Amino acid sequence: MANKPKTTDRERDGVTRRGFISTVGAGALGAATVGTSRAEAVPEITAPEAMVQIGLTINGRIHRLLVEPRWTLLFTLRERLGLTGTKVGCERGECGACTVLINGQPRYACMTLAVEAEGSQITTIEGLMDGEALGDVQQAFVNEDAFQCGYCTPGQIMAAEGLLQANPSPSTEEIRKGMSGNLCRCAAYHHIVRAVDSAADGRREGDDR
Amino acid sequence: MFPRFSHARPTDLQAALALLEQASGRIHAGGTDLLGCLHDGVLTADTLVSLSNIAELKGISPSTENGLRIGAMTPIGAVAAHAGIRSTYSALAQAASVVANPPLRSQGTLGGNLCQKTRCWYYRGDFPCLRKGGDHCFAFEGENQHHAIFGGEGCYMVHPSDTAPALAALGATCRISGGGSSRSVPVDQFLMPALVDPQRETVLEPTEILTEILLPPAPPGLRSSYRKIRSRQAWDFALAGVALALQFDGNVVRSARVFLSGAAPMPWRAQGAEAVITGNSLNAQTITKAAAAAVEGAEPLQHNGAKVALFEGLVAESLETMG
Ligand SMILES: Cc1cc2nc3c(=O)[nH]c(=O)nc-3n(C[C@H](O)[C@H](O)[C@H](O)COP(=O)(O)OP(=O)(O)OC[C@H]3O[C@@H](n4cnc5c(N)ncnc54)[C@H](O)[C@@H]3O)c2cc1C
Ligand code: FES
Ligand code: FES
Repeated sequence: MANKPKTTDRERDGVTRRGFISTVGAGALGAATVGTSRAEAVPEITAPEAMVQIGLTINGRIHRLLVEPRWTLLFTLRERLGLTGTKVGCERGECGACTVLINGQPRYACMTLAVEAEGSQITTIEGLMDGEALGDVQQAFVNEDAFQCGYCTPGQIMAAEGLLQANPSPSTEEIRKGMSGNLCRCAAYHHIVRAVDSAADGRREGDDR
Repeated sequence: MFPRFSHARPTDLQAALALLEQASGRIHAGGTDLLGCLHDGVLTADTLVSLSNIAELKGISPSTENGLRIGAMTPIGAVAAHAGIRSTYSALAQAASVVANPPLRSQGTLGGNLCQKTRCWYYRGDFPCLRKGGDHCFAFEGENQHHAIFGGEGCYMVHPSDTAPALAALGATCRISGGGSSRSVPVDQFLMPALVDPQRETVLEPTEILTEILLPPAPPGLRSSYRKIRSRQAWDFALAGVALALQFDGNVVRSARVFLSGAAPMPWRAQGAEAVITGNSLNAQTITKAAAAAVEGAEPLQHNGAKVALFEGLVAESLETMG
């Protein structure tokens, strides 16, 4: 990138915990050490090049891995964990191809750093499968022919899953609004709305049984 | 892939402030604006100081002054869904509910919404504009369909936030911590005029954190609203928006605060409209006069003249639904 930041001395040294304590100005240190345990509360700044060990809970399984602070959850899922169901589109929060669930809510994996996802429950499209069988929302998308090229589909399905978890009986208007964070270049919107509606019906019938 | 940066995620405010002091860090709230700017190379960062693990910055609770306190890290979606905000401060609930779309509302925070960078395509694009240290605003003579019709002093961006005009109309205050102290700034003075410092969108110093937003107690007879017009029905910034906070005494408006979004580099106070409304009931004549007063003095650029009529119609429509 043309305007990559210049490496500063601090970056070259890497700011280790010891580095932080010794470089921090007296004023800031004072603020940071109010009481005796405050210094403990100031976390380490990881050096830009350093890998950080994190644990990510994905589809119910904890993955322990080393990540760079700049890696997005999207990159980490696809390039480090091989979970390529989550798609790469705009990488700036403008398309929804990368939608996953974080603590049950649809979120963009491209706008979430992996280090920020630690401690959350992450669900990807792979997590909706029931063994080799499709999950109910996935099946509804197939039944209703709710895609053409299919690129936006994993994101659409995750958005639908999040919507139905929050609102099991959405109106058509609520489906449209709830799904408004996912673009479809093939404009399969009518079928998508129908698929979400039919998945909701299916779940209600399942509950009634 | 972003250029490399380091990252810290402290669990309390004092630690975050200490990190900002020593690391010349950038604040990461929800990341929805910040990461886009880093991705596009509009901003650079050596260190990100994340506020996402600081519990004291989240949540909505009664304030000591009998109003509401909203932690800066409260998700925009939580603001939109909050029963007390919906019933008492409807302008804010309505504004929060039309920000972007559901995923961005659950990740983006109210504080981040006030501190976000402009969406001007020259700023976001490869142009060395005034806000990036250049010497002029490209929008002035360029493609300016979405740009300012008021207050374009040096820079003709429009402020992208929907919540800022609603908070300004409701008389909300920002609480700010940093440099060993804390201070309060009314939301309508929180954004920095380009003439004073084009490279800072807000009055925050680099070592300061916006910690909470305080809503004053609602006066009796308060009615408020926020409406915006956009090019598509969802996931779009305001072409024209208006926040109203009117205090009624029976049919008569005792006091009025009217702020426009999509009009200026900051929420634009329509004082002319306020003056017309104050002391009157909202009859057809008052509404027509107030809507005309709201756009009086507008200085559209070459391609955004349509906004003037858009604002006039929007203000009239919003007042009609309020009366
Ligand atoms: C596709 C898209 C559409 C959008 N549409 C709309 C829309 O219609 N209406 C609207 O209002 N917004 C819209 N937005 C903007 C969105 O609401 C903001 O990105 C969001 O509110 C920013 O909050 P955040 O918590 O993610 O902030 P971040 O991205 O983490 O931070 C944004 C900026 O504010 C600074 N900052 C954040 N919090 C603090 C704090 N507490 N103290 C000091 N500095 C801080 C950061 O350093 C950064 O510079 C849209 C965004 C996208 C990507
Ligand atoms: S790739 Fe994440 S929103 Fe487009
Ligand atoms: S099916 Fe092709 S983008 Fe949606």
